Amino acid sequence: MKRNPVLRVITDLLLPPILLFALYVQFHGDYGPGGGFQAGVIFAAGIILYALVYGLKKTQRVLPPQRIRVFVALGVLLYAGTGIAGLLLGGNYLDYNVLGSNPLAGQHLGILLVELGVGITVAAVMIMVFYMFAGRK
Amino acid sequence: MAVSAIAIVRLRSLFAAVMLTSIYSLLSASFFLTLDAVDVAFTEAAVGAGITTVLFLSTLALVGRHSQESHHTRWLPLGVVTLTGAALIYATLDMPRFGDPAAPVHQHVAPRYIEQSAQEVGPPNIVTSVLASYRGYDTLGEVTVVFTAAIGVMLLLGRSRKDKQDDEHET
Repeated sequence: MKRNPVLRVITDLLLPPILLFALYVQFHGDYGPGGGFQAGVIFAAGIILYALVYGLKKTQRVLPPQRIRVFVALGVLLYAGTGIAGLLLGGNYLDYNVLGSNPLAGQHLGILLVELGVGITVAAVMIMVFYMFAGRK
Repeated sequence: MAVSAIAIVRLRSLFAAVMLTSIYSLLSASFFLTLDAVDVAFTEAAVGAGITTVLFLSTLALVGRHSQESHHTRWLPLGVVTLTGAALIYATLDMPRFGDPAAPVHQHVAPRYIEQSAQEVGPPNIVTSVLASYRGYDTLGEVTVVFTAAIGVMLLLGRSRKDKQDDEHET
C-alpha cells in the first residue's frame, strides 16, 4: 500500500488529528466521555493506520518494539505506583485524597495519573500485539 | 444486529465475517448510545469496531481467508446454545422492569455516586470518578489483565521471530 498516493495523503492528513483526539480523550475524560482505555485504543489505532499504509519497518523505526515493551509495563507501574504513593503519604492503597493539598485536588491528580497509566499500557499493548501479528509474515 | 450475527455464522468467507463483526460492533455501539451509555459506546466503537477488526485482519493475513467446511454434527452445539439462551431468557423474567427506579441496582451505591461524587471526587463525568476512584481496584485489575494478555501474545508470537533475528545477527 506504500505506493498508493491517495492513501498516503489521507493518512498524513488524518494522523495528527487522530493522535490529538486521543490526547483530548485522555485528558478530557474527567469532563466528557472518555478516559484511558478509549484514548489508548485511539492512539494505537493512529499508529496502526500509519503502519498499514507506510509499512511495519518504517513504523518500528519511530517506535521500536523494545521501547513499546517498556511502555507496556510503565503504565501498570504508574497505576500501582499512584496507589503506593498514597500509602506512603499515609492513606489507603489507591486512596487519592492524600495526594493533594485538599481531597479534591488529590482526587484530581490521582485520577489523572491513574488514567494516564491506563492509557499508556493500553496503547502500548495494542501496538505491541499488532507488531506481533503483522511481523510474522 | 441479529441479521449480521446469523450472517457471520453462515458465511464461509472469513474476510466478510470479519467485516460483519465490525458492523455488529458499530451497531451495538449505537445501541449503547441510545441507552445514554456514552462511555461504553465509545469503548465499543474504538475497540470492537476499530482495533479488533485490524487484529482479525492481520490474523487472516497469516491463516488465509476461507474457513474449512466442518463435518461435525451440528445438533449438539445448537442444542447447547438454545438451552443456554432459553435459561438466560427465563432468568430475565425475574429481573425488575427496565428503568424501574426501585430496582436494586438503583438503590445500592448508585445514589451515593450520583449525589456525592462531585463533592467527594470532583470530576463532572461520574463514569470517570467511579472507574478511577471508587472502583480503582477493579480498574487496576483490568489494566493488569491487558498487561498479562500482552505478555501472553509476546511469549506465543514474539519468541520464534526474535530468536531468528538473533541468529541472523550472530552469524
